Amino acid sequence: MASGIVEFPRSKPLPGDPGRRAAGGGIGGGDDGGGAGGPVPLHTYYTGVCLALAAITMLFVGLTSALVVRKGISNDWAGIALPRILFINTLVLVASSLLLERTRRQLHTFRLGDEARLGERLSPVLLLGLAFLAGQLGAWRELAARGILLATNPSASFLYLLTAAHGLHLAGGLVAIAWVALRARTLAASLRGRTMVNAVAIYWHFMGTLWIYILALLSLKI
Amino acid sequence: MAEPRPAAPVASQASGSVLRTYVFSTDHKTIGKQYFFLALFSVIIGTILSWLMRMHLAWPKIPIPGLAQLSPAGAPGGVMTPEYYLSLLTLHGTLMVFFVLTTVPQSGLGNFFLPLQIGAREMAFPRLNMLSFWITCLSLVVLLSTLFITDGPPISGWTAYPPLSALGTAAGPGEAQGQTLWVLSIAIFCIGSVLGSINFIATTLDLRTSGMDLMRLPLTCWAWFITAIMSLLSFAVLFGACVMLLLDMLGHTHFFVPGGLVLNDQIITPPGAGGSPLLWQHLFWFFGHPEVYIAILPGMGIVSHVLACFSRRPVFGYKSMVLALGCIGFLSFTVWGHHMLVSGMSPYAGVVFSALTMVIAVPSALKTFNWLGTLWGGKLHFTTAMLFAIGFVSLFVAGGLTGLFLAEPAADAYLHATYFVVGHFHLVMGAAALFAIFSGTYFWAPKLFGRMLDERLGQIHFWITLAGVYCIFMPMYVMGLAGAPRRYSEFTDRFLVPLAPFNKFISVAALITGVAQLIFVSNLFWSIFRGRRAAENPWRATSLEWSNGGTLPSGDLSTRRPVVCRGPYEYSVPGEAEDYLMQDSPQVAGS
Repeated sequence: MASGIVEFPRSKPLPGDPGRRAAGGGIGGGDDGGGAGGPVPLHTYYTGVCLALAAITMLFVGLTSALVVRKGISNDWAGIALPRILFINTLVLVASSLLLERTRRQLHTFRLGDEARLGERLSPVLLLGLAFLAGQLGAWRELAARGILLATNPSASFLYLLTAAHGLHLAGGLVAIAWVALRARTLAASLRGRTMVNAVAIYWHFMGTLWIYILALLSLKI
Repeated sequence: MAEPRPAAPVASQASGSVLRTYVFSTDHKTIGKQYFFLALFSVIIGTILSWLMRMHLAWPKIPIPGLAQLSPAGAPGGVMTPEYYLSLLTLHGTLMVFFVLTTVPQSGLGNFFLPLQIGAREMAFPRLNMLSFWITCLSLVVLLSTLFITDGPPISGWTAYPPLSALGTAAGPGEAQGQTLWVLSIAIFCIGSVLGSINFIATTLDLRTSGMDLMRLPLTCWAWFITAIMSLLSFAVLFGACVMLLLDMLGHTHFFVPGGLVLNDQIITPPGAGGSPLLWQHLFWFFGHPEVYIAILPGMGIVSHVLACFSRRPVFGYKSMVLALGCIGFLSFTVWGHHMLVSGMSPYAGVVFSALTMVIAVPSALKTFNWLGTLWGGKLHFTTAMLFAIGFVSLFVAGGLTGLFLAEPAADAYLHATYFVVGHFHLVMGAAALFAIFSGTYFWAPKLFGRMLDERLGQIHFWITLAGVYCIFMPMYVMGLAGAPRRYSEFTDRFLVPLAPFNKFISVAALITGVAQLIFVSNLFWSIFRGRRAAENPWRATSLEWSNGGTLPSGDLSTRRPVVCRGPYEYSVPGEAEDYLMQDSPQVAGS
């Protein structure tokens, strides 16, 4: 089979002058400036988490938009009195965020004492998170007992959908916190590990903020 | 201080089992190739499906061998029912849009070349990258499983409009199990896509080597970056829409199913108690329009890259090209309503969407003129990659201009859901984007496989395919203007019967063009194993993937990374001895 690639003129050797080293830079430029390739720069974990949160935000923007439109065009929208437990749950989630934030700051200022304590200190956060999820399930049971199920009317559909979507993402956050708690010793000992803890905290706090938004939306619209 | 050039690359991933190295690999190059071959597999199936449809359109009564075995209910005696035609159409569209056009240019070529072009060792999150691939793979398996279930794939098209898609078996064959599997497949794909986008964006922002400022990025990197942002934002919305559709199908909710719906003399929903099919359309097209730009943008980046190399000139107007990519990316989120101009939404909304669609033509036209400007006065080398890149420009114009016709509400009132639309989107996606993929493959084969693809076969492949796609899709414009509706499996209406010769011509062209792709496939596989071994930089290109520093095997932690001193397209720099300067070739005093 004839190969026939176009032949380019042979290149001459480049001058051997090493020249100047170019200025590095640009946003978030190379980590050690062309040095030995190492692991990713620390702030990449923040970039990653923030991008994930951007996608999650868009998901809830889409669901919000659907709610507003669906309510606007329909004759079958029925208001639902929100179960009280949803409001109590908010306090539970805020408390867990406060605890996590306090632990995180102590970790970074080396006030935790023994690094293994990180694991201990995260347990209450985990428990509060699980309590939140249990509370959400409790809210669903209360609604079901009132005869309000997923398909009963569109407001109920959105209530279940939004709380479920939030709950699932929160559960993912719980998995991350559990992972941090299990690896507490290794993570606390390195700057990279502590950065990962920060990233998990950013996610968790966002879930709390998102919940407050969802609750406000449900209170106003459902 | 001169960076010492590394010695010959050491073996990568020293202690890998076959499973670790080739299957569950976290190496971006392997993952890129996995996506590439997943898409190749998908495009073969998608093409076969299109052949089946074209054969039926041209010769409706002739039985197709093997079809009766695949689906006895859908094609009794080998002649497909109208419903089965719609099933094949749905699968064809879904495979091509999601698993070919969204996958190859971005996840396939992007994963392989983005780290190399920015001088990074790896993507930002390699394990997430591997997870993204396997999620996409799972999505494909779920989708293809619809071919083998009793009722077959859904009949609602790749756009899955409710109420058809939400009513289960009552709405038609394939609407129960098939539709559920389809929605699940797409929802899974959304997750894989979002995870992949996170990787692309983080890598581009954080892992550029020193000297690689944003305005020194090759246009491929800009295209991948902006496409990833679009993916991140749009697939999330589609995921939400898919969940709501699933709830409508399985949970008896009424997000999209309207009130007062009667189907087969059965009342499905009581009057006044129901949702809006238009809501699905808004949500879907909010994703759907960025999606088609996700399909074309990386191709535009590749074309800029290839045209510069083989014109031996910098890209004309690099900054405006970057700005144009950004504008297209941003504006793509504002024009979704042009898919719904005849849906009954407010005509004032239609005016706004129409105007914005005209506006988005401006950066697209800017890019086209800049490509011509890149070619003008250049020392042109007509390699296969170059031919496909020029072909892209031609097809993009042929297909893109008709988008403006469709953007005009009065014209769209007539042309919507006719073959005019089919011709338009096939020329931009099925032809232009495909040509960009071919261009990238021929251009980058030396890096992907270490071998050159055979040029003579490539040239034959190009000319037949160029003639072929024009023969297939230009007549569709004429058919559309004559009023031929899309998604019809047979043209039996009186006004459609005279168009039968068009159908036959298109089908013959499609079969020939399809067969010609075997030239490419055989060239590809033969060259992978027995092709001519490629030099380090056979095209004498400037970007980092061709430099010594760019060929770092994964797992090699000791080698230093390139330091970038110049822009991405320094071809034919006046006063230089060479007609190209690599991005990391050192600054020389006085130059």
